[in-house]
Amino acid sequence: MSQFASLTFYHNDDARPVVDAVIADNPGVRITNMPGVVKLDCEGRLVVKRASVEERLGRPWDVQEIHLVLISMAGHLDEDDDQFAVSWSH
Amino acid sequence: MTVQIKTLDYEQKRQTFGHVARRIGEGKSATRYQEATLDVQATANFHYKPLWEPEYWHFDSRKSAVVMADWYKPLDPRQFYYATYNIARANMQQSVERSFAFAEERGLVTKLSEGARAHVERGLLPLRHVHWGSNMNMSEICQRGYGTAVTAPCIFSAGDHLGMAQIISRIGLELDGQTGTSLDSAKTIWLQDPAWQGVRKLIEDTFVERDFFQLYVAQTLAVNGVIFEFAYKRLDPAWMEGATTVAMLTEFMSDWRAEEARWSDNVIKTVAAESPENNALVSQWATHWIGRAVEALNPLSNALLGDDGVAARTAGEVASAKAAALGLRV
Repeated sequence: MSQFASLTFYHNDDARPVVDAVIADNPGVRITNMPGVVKLDCEGRLVVKRASVEERLGRPWDVQEIHLVLISMAGHLDEDDDQFAVSWSH
Repeated sequence: MTVQIKTLDYEQKRQTFGHVARRIGEGKSATRYQEATLDVQATANFHYKPLWEPEYWHFDSRKSAVVMADWYKPLDPRQFYYATYNIARANMQQSVERSFAFAEERGLVTKLSEGARAHVERGLLPLRHVHWGSNMNMSEICQRGYGTAVTAPCIFSAGDHLGMAQIISRIGLELDGQTGTSLDSAKTIWLQDPAWQGVRKLIEDTFVERDFFQLYVAQTLAVNGVIFEFAYKRLDPAWMEGATTVAMLTEFMSDWRAEEARWSDNVIKTVAAESPENNALVSQWATHWIGRAVEALNPLSNALLGDDGVAARTAGEVASAKAAALGLRV
């Protein structure tokens, strides 16, 4: 059975650069819009790259800032200074 | 009775304003920066020609010799609009306040030796007049320039210069026990000290530059790029034992220089890359104003560092290398 790695964000101006970066960096991502919420699912692995977010945001971005806009996540977390990734594989 | 709460998701008809959608594409959500910037300035249907400069309209791209097919191409990589600009500066201002509180608590400024105080008074305090002049220039570009993408960040920059002039003034007030006498004498130094007259002449000459983009090049590449580079990066030996204190109290300026350069470099790079004609003009302006700035700093460099103008020339070389990296032929 396939398992989706998933990240759920607020649908607001602060989250938009992060959401856009995730969509650009993860081919095959499935986008579900709900009122005020956007849920991103991807087979296997979903990654948020600091460099991609910074490019869209126009300022330095600490990966921990993701928690200001992150509602929920599914998958095992692998994070460092440059990325925030969820996946089910080890 | 059971109550069922249901949510309905409505798809909005439009994601943004029509004039923004026409630039970024239909059905895409725009950032606040894009909405606050793209095509905001009026371009047509002005009712009266200005009485001043009747040869131009209020907003007129002919006020510079450089030609851009679209003045919304040189965008701000920092994506500053009113809110983001103010949030960024409020954070920087907080650390300024902390530094001043710390310096006051430890008496860092009052404990300076006579020699160091005299140098700070002569070399640092007159910079408030340079910042004020830069504020004038940036305001001028904002009002004579073309396209919100270029003009809006200019007024932010004008605000920055006013703020930096205030930081310098506060250092002066720390020196003179909040009486303001050091600021009076710094003004006399600015007006009369031979070491400063080159810089004063340069600033006053920029005031009467009518081509808004030439003024932009002069302000960002020469005044910011050479004079402030020299003043905040190369004068440490002049402050003697006060170097650390001055560095701490002028930290805002270093942060600001690094950040604003991202924007001003991008604007110059984009405008120069538009056409060989633009490149030739911008290159010529950059060479002229960087050269003038180095020449203007020479006596100051000599007076404060006794180095025969080496620090001034080094600052000029840094600015020229930067200009070359932006695609200019300098």
